[in-house]
Amino acid sequence: MARLNSPEELERFRKKILAQRDPNKPCISICAGAGCVASGADEVIAAFQSEIENQGLKAEVDTKGTGCPGFCERGPVVVIYPEEICYLEVTAEDVPEIITSTIKEKKVVERLLYENPETGERVTRESDIPFYKNQARNLLCSNIRIDSKRIDDYLAIDGYSALTKSLFKMADVDVLAEVKKSNLRGRGGGGFPAGRKWEGSRNAAEPIKYVIVNADEGDPGAFMDRALLEGNPHSILEGLIIGGYAIGAHEGYIYVRQEYPLAVENIILAIQQAEAYGFLGENILGSGFDFKVVVHQGAGAFVCGESTALMTALEGRVGEPRPKYIRSNIKGLWERPSVLNNVETWANVPLIINKGADWFTQFGTEGSKGTKIFSLVGKINNTGLVEVPMGITLKEIIYNIGGGIPDNKKFKAVQTGGPSGGCIPAEMLDLEVGFDELAKAGSMMGSGGMIVMDEDTCMVDVARYFINFLTDESCGKCVPCREGLRQMHKILTNITAGKGKEGDIELLETLSETAMEASLCALGKSAPNPFLSTLRYFREEYEAHIKEKRCPAKSCKELIAYYIDPEKCQACMLCAKKCPVEAIDGGKKMIHIIDQEKCTNCGTCFEVCPPRFGAVKKISGEPVPPPVAPEKRKLPERKLPERKKKKEQLKNE
Amino acid sequence: MSEIKLEINGKEVMASPGMTILAAAENAGIAIPTLCHHEKLEPFGGCRLCIVEVTDRGWTKLVVSCVYPVANNLIVRTRTEKVDRIRKTILELLLAHAPDSEPLKELAIEYGADRDRFEKDPSFCIHCGLCVRYCAEVKKKHAVGFVDRGIRKEISFIPEIAARECNDCKECFPLCPTSYLQAAFVLTQALAFSKH
Repeated sequence: MARLNSPEELERFRKKILAQRDPNKPCISICAGAGCVASGADEVIAAFQSEIENQGLKAEVDTKGTGCPGFCERGPVVVIYPEEICYLEVTAEDVPEIITSTIKEKKVVERLLYENPETGERVTRESDIPFYKNQARNLLCSNIRIDSKRIDDYLAIDGYSALTKSLFKMADVDVLAEVKKSNLRGRGGGGFPAGRKWEGSRNAAEPIKYVIVNADEGDPGAFMDRALLEGNPHSILEGLIIGGYAIGAHEGYIYVRQEYPLAVENIILAIQQAEAYGFLGENILGSGFDFKVVVHQGAGAFVCGESTALMTALEGRVGEPRPKYIRSNIKGLWERPSVLNNVETWANVPLIINKGADWFTQFGTEGSKGTKIFSLVGKINNTGLVEVPMGITLKEIIYNIGGGIPDNKKFKAVQTGGPSGGCIPAEMLDLEVGFDELAKAGSMMGSGGMIVMDEDTCMVDVARYFINFLTDESCGKCVPCREGLRQMHKILTNITAGKGKEGDIELLETLSETAMEASLCALGKSAPNPFLSTLRYFREEYEAHIKEKRCPAKSCKELIAYYIDPEKCQACMLCAKKCPVEAIDGGKKMIHIIDQEKCTNCGTCFEVCPPRFGAVKKISGEPVPPPVAPEKRKLPERKLPERKKKKEQLKNE
Repeated sequence: MSEIKLEINGKEVMASPGMTILAAAENAGIAIPTLCHHEKLEPFGGCRLCIVEVTDRGWTKLVVSCVYPVANNLIVRTRTEKVDRIRKTILELLLAHAPDSEPLKELAIEYGADRDRFEKDPSFCIHCGLCVRYCAEVKKKHAVGFVDRGIRKEISFIPEIAARECNDCKECFPLCPTSYLQAAFVLTQALAFSKH
């Protein structure tokens, strides 16, 4: 491919690509994002390719491995265009039928369609599925339309038109003004207005400046940035080049964690393609603007998502935050003005330039504009990536899009904002999602993790889990974080193990204050949030653990016991057989008893006891009832229905 | 060079631009406790003990004085209830590691820190980094460094360099607030220095 030397050449080339594409030609898009690949998308793609070959349809059908559309719960996801027929949980075995029915005979394979769990109705089109219908997919909508490894696909959906608009129709100050006007706030956690950050760097005296992509997404359960980088790397690249132009930087860095191999592969490929086409390098599209991009792979430290630690790591040193009280947009990478924005922030830039700040600001609330991608995980029916307008309520996300809580369990809390975010309880489900709203509720937007918890989740244990994560990820440079979190983790572990003491809550509060007020960087300053927010909304759970040695959610292993209700036990022997430590005594027609000394509280008996018996009970904070007297253990002979008798006979034979 | 006028504990203090609050306070004879600070070394901001309260243009916040630069009309308070409480907690956290450290013991008296508040975990090193940074920044030898991360972080001598450089230097020894450094050195010497 020869370099494109002017916007006119680009437009001619774009027309050529579009002319070669027949919008009515069937195209099978298979999600090749990490989630679907994990559930077998690679085999599905291979099956489609060989089946098309076998049926001699190669000239008539296109196939495409695309980025993540978001509905990971039901992957691998296949969408067939132009009809937009969406098949879910497709396996390689389904492929011949799809080709024969849908491609050849134009018939829909009913059983692979989405079925509304309430009405039982089937939904054919992707955009009609409630999971998608209730979203505002400004960014994610492109993922399924392109093969992320093909720049021509990005050009076919108007890719790099925002770059030409910036370079040829707007002065650099106008680009900055548009981003400022959009009130785009950083999607990485802090929510700092991107335009103001850019302006600071632009106005800094030092002539050499940098723009940087923060793709060190490390929050447990979060994969928004991953999906964008893997699925649509050019959109991030385009945003970055535009940012460089706006602030006068000629060098950009992409700091991506090496745990995302596909993201690394796709962004490196995207850079090579953009260089070949002339969107990167010297004199971009004949504009006179030079810009180059370097990919840097992180070495596995969560703290490197913190701006100064990230820049220190980029400089080739140990990724620890800097103690200086100066913003990195003034003195950042190599002491030079550096604009660091998160993946999703950069991906919004081309949209803002193309469609205008006024278009962008029609989404969202007064303080938080645009859309936000959340990774909706945990105890939720529709796990996946969702993109919603800011201002939507938590309830709408969890119930209308997420489809509610599985197994008829009760919703308990939603944890937002990553490990240092907070838990929001059921009574606040009407909270509108926005930077300031979440902060006011004691949580934060963070980069967009959203972990849903049901009634079986112990909130003290949740705090312990996240503090453990943060203790492990603390760089160890400052005392309040390294030592304070270590002690907080110890105390929380003790509480969940039934060794909590009077005064523990107060001590945790003191340690929280020290970490928040005195830590060196944002990791330590926000680390107490999981404790503070669960204490704020679930204080009674802490007190139950400490004072009564009781776990209200019956989740903390050391505070619970299992026992078999003699009134309900049918002596089916299922639990006795499955118990891994042979702690259950019982035989045929003998009421089973759990030996509390041997029991490890693994919960297997609880899980295998048939629900119609419901004999195994989980208890916490109360003594285990004494075992049933030997003479009462014998179950009376029962009249079994004929059918069952026969079945038993057969089994015995 | 234009002078900067600020207020520390109600006292008017003059300082030059680029100076830290800590340096300005020291010049004015106002003591602020430190553990990781050394005048010959770049500010590290690790121990956080030198935390003070500042009011800058009406905005009050806590900052560490070894890094925060002086500014005109800055109001600094080095001992408030909150500052003292945080210093006390920091000392107690460190005393769990080094209960017999002389500098820690002295400060513990000053701030009423209870050496038994947290369960003892005597690792002795308090990660002030004085040895590591002195060797790197002043001596430019890098004979001792940090290894690992977070709560597993330790100082470690690099035997090849230490065997060559340390015997004639040992300038870092008196800097160590806990004498763990000497122990680590003796251990490295015994285990890893080649015998002649």
